[in-house]
Amino acid sequence: MTWQGVLQIFVLMGIAAILARVVGGYMFLVLAREGDVRSARSAGGTGQAMRTPLLDTWIGAIKSVLDRVIEPIEHGIYRVCGIDPDQEMRWTTYAFALLAVNLIGFAVLFILLGLQQWLPLNPAHMPKIPFWVSLNTAISFTTNTNWQAYAGEATLSYLSQAWLVVQQFLSPVTGICLFLAVARGFSRHSTKTLGNFWRDFVRTLLWVAVPGAIIGTIVLIALGSPQNLHAYTHVTTIQGVHQTIAQGPVASMTSIMQLGNNGGGFFNMNAGQPFAGPNMASLLFQLILGFAVPSGCIYLFGRMVADIRQAWAIFAAMAVLFVAGALLIYAFEAAGNPIINALHLAGHSNWVGKESRFGIGSSSLFENSTTTISWGSTAAANDSLTPLAGLVLLFNMKTGEVIFGSWGAGMIGMLAYAVLAVFLAGLMVGRTPEYLGKKIESFEVKMSVLAMVVPSFVILILAAISVVIGPGLAGIYNPGPHGLSEVLYAFSSGVGNNGSAFGGLNAASPWYAATVGIAMLLGRYAMYIPLIALGGSLAAKQRIPASAGTFPTHTPLFVGLLIGTVVIVGALVFFPALALGPIAEQVAMHAGRLF
Amino acid sequence: MTSRMLWTSTKLVLLSCIFLGIVYMLAMTGFAEVVFPSQANGSLVHYHGHVVGSRLIGEQFTLPGFFQGRPSATSPAYNAADSSASNLGPTNKLLVEHVKARIQAFLKENPGIKTDQIPPSLVESSDSGLDPDITLADAYVQVPRVARADHLSQATVRKVITENIHGRFLGIFGHTYVNVLEMNLALLRAQATNGVSAGAGTHSISAPASATGHIDPRVDLGARKR
Repeated sequence: MTWQGVLQIFVLMGIAAILARVVGGYMFLVLAREGDVRSARSAGGTGQAMRTPLLDTWIGAIKSVLDRVIEPIEHGIYRVCGIDPDQEMRWTTYAFALLAVNLIGFAVLFILLGLQQWLPLNPAHMPKIPFWVSLNTAISFTTNTNWQAYAGEATLSYLSQAWLVVQQFLSPVTGICLFLAVARGFSRHSTKTLGNFWRDFVRTLLWVAVPGAIIGTIVLIALGSPQNLHAYTHVTTIQGVHQTIAQGPVASMTSIMQLGNNGGGFFNMNAGQPFAGPNMASLLFQLILGFAVPSGCIYLFGRMVADIRQAWAIFAAMAVLFVAGALLIYAFEAAGNPIINALHLAGHSNWVGKESRFGIGSSSLFENSTTTISWGSTAAANDSLTPLAGLVLLFNMKTGEVIFGSWGAGMIGMLAYAVLAVFLAGLMVGRTPEYLGKKIESFEVKMSVLAMVVPSFVILILAAISVVIGPGLAGIYNPGPHGLSEVLYAFSSGVGNNGSAFGGLNAASPWYAATVGIAMLLGRYAMYIPLIALGGSLAAKQRIPASAGTFPTHTPLFVGLLIGTVVIVGALVFFPALALGPIAEQVAMHAGRLF
Repeated sequence: MTSRMLWTSTKLVLLSCIFLGIVYMLAMTGFAEVVFPSQANGSLVHYHGHVVGSRLIGEQFTLPGFFQGRPSATSPAYNAADSSASNLGPTNKLLVEHVKARIQAFLKENPGIKTDQIPPSLVESSDSGLDPDITLADAYVQVPRVARADHLSQATVRKVITENIHGRFLGIFGHTYVNVLEMNLALLRAQATNGVSAGAGTHSISAPASATGHIDPRVDLGARKR
């Protein structure tokens, strides 16, 4: 481990805090309406305490410039699509509208992928995509998972990649809608409605996703990523070897894949492929894109409930879990594999599946980000990580991807943990729990627990079936306990809507294409629809003023309790499976056992 | 879910396909071709008027007079149309067999070097299989072989390395590295200026290289370096 490798983890968290403030402040201006903000008085008059007027003036100025260009487009879309943006929706209507746009998005993508061989912009003459792969891919990109059961540069035409990009815009925007529905549960009171889905959807798309993706593309091209529509380039090297270089519209896809926490890359090896991740400057910029909106959601929430301290408490819990994970991965990777170290080379770090320009430190940082901000974009081969580094990645996903998480989804997952944390605290002192002025009762706890139970059921049941039946076993690449880790990782990634993989697993086989598809659907809808219901129930409640007996939720004590809830409730259920996979492999590795 | 919702969704999704799918990609491509043509077209490197690869995509170098890149797990090695990692887990027999075989091969090609001088990165395969770079340690351990094969002094070869070092970004992010193709082009130039006859280690030894014919190390019409 080097000091640079450790320092960069903390620097990234500093960047995330700045992003939270700036992007969150901007999103607040774009998305929140009058009724969406809790009155500062009921929040204890602290809402305005940490505002910096100059920064807000600048953010406001940028927004008003964008308004002039975007507002006409917004109104055009409302007119063409027949949307009344002022119509308030109950949680059920809001949820059905969300499901409708995802259902149609899925159907259109599935059909268009099926037509690949007949459509233009296919200079490499890619043939028909297998049925299971296009089904899995359509689910994958609609649910913001971007699990890739195919190698992009060897399977898809440029036009098919463009159809995926459409869902890379729409699926994260759906996540923000989920978040707004839940956040309004806390910020509103005594109302049956949670806002208008279409307005939230269109405004997030036009003000956040599109401008961000355009800026992202320009920077990524400047830093080295290609953006063209040529056929693959054929060259003869100075040694006289022939090489075919796959290229294409790489930057425009990489930009939205990182900004939207999608993670589905143009190339098989994602950001590790040097055109997608040409240098560390580009990779750091991709981290900034990835952290922008998830961090922003935290601050946005603080503004909506008019108590910024609540937002920083949640940020702190996430940052502590992030830093701990990143340091652990880095430590395990720097210590390396004792079996290889016994060969006495000049060094002992684990370089298997890592790129020279990123090194051990930044690769570890990036892979920890892969599974926390839920983008599933990789710059190193996760299958080749040391067992306990792999375990950290599994932990990040199995706890529901709440350490920052993807657009909106991570934040509401963490809010579900917060509800559970105040419930546990309430049990300890024997008081009715409350969070942000809302009484937490049986229904809220049930919905939160439901969201947390989904990953455990899906991962454990599907993994258990996969390791006892033929088609499941046939898809495993690495023998021994590592094989179980591969399977656990696949379903954790699917249900967590992550999309990264232990790449050895045969994800294109019908068994895994179908079962990971099911995991992705349950991970998106069975997990988050209950949370919209939670929002609906909270919005209907009266607001109760804070009293001396109220458990404060902005203190280090609460941060500790929240972290404890994530670790204990989220991860303990997986301990037996993890003991048979990564932990068993770690023990075997130190005993020098090979499989 | 009402039919009205489905109809609104259909219109939204189709509009998105046109504008976010196609218009976005074409507009960004047009912009890139005008403003950043080199990057947009893959950072291609020209040598003696021919495209000899991309600065960003690793190439298979096996001749003793060239710096060699990291092991590649693509099929065949350095297949830039199908990136891939080995995906071998830490307790997989194959991983250890591969590493041992690469150590043996390296020792054979680099007489005088001992196992404990070989950095792990040089015998463990990269993520993309297309890693265009190697670490400084990977480069320095190859100096004696390269110098011998190219009839250059070790100091000259070391200078090629030091002149091509890319440091950590902002001093903390990433890893210090050298680009293999940039260094190999620099080697060809160094041979030319030293008046070494075309190709001791880089050409005459190799049948495939001489087959290309059109590359003359003494004429460098612009290896692009950024």
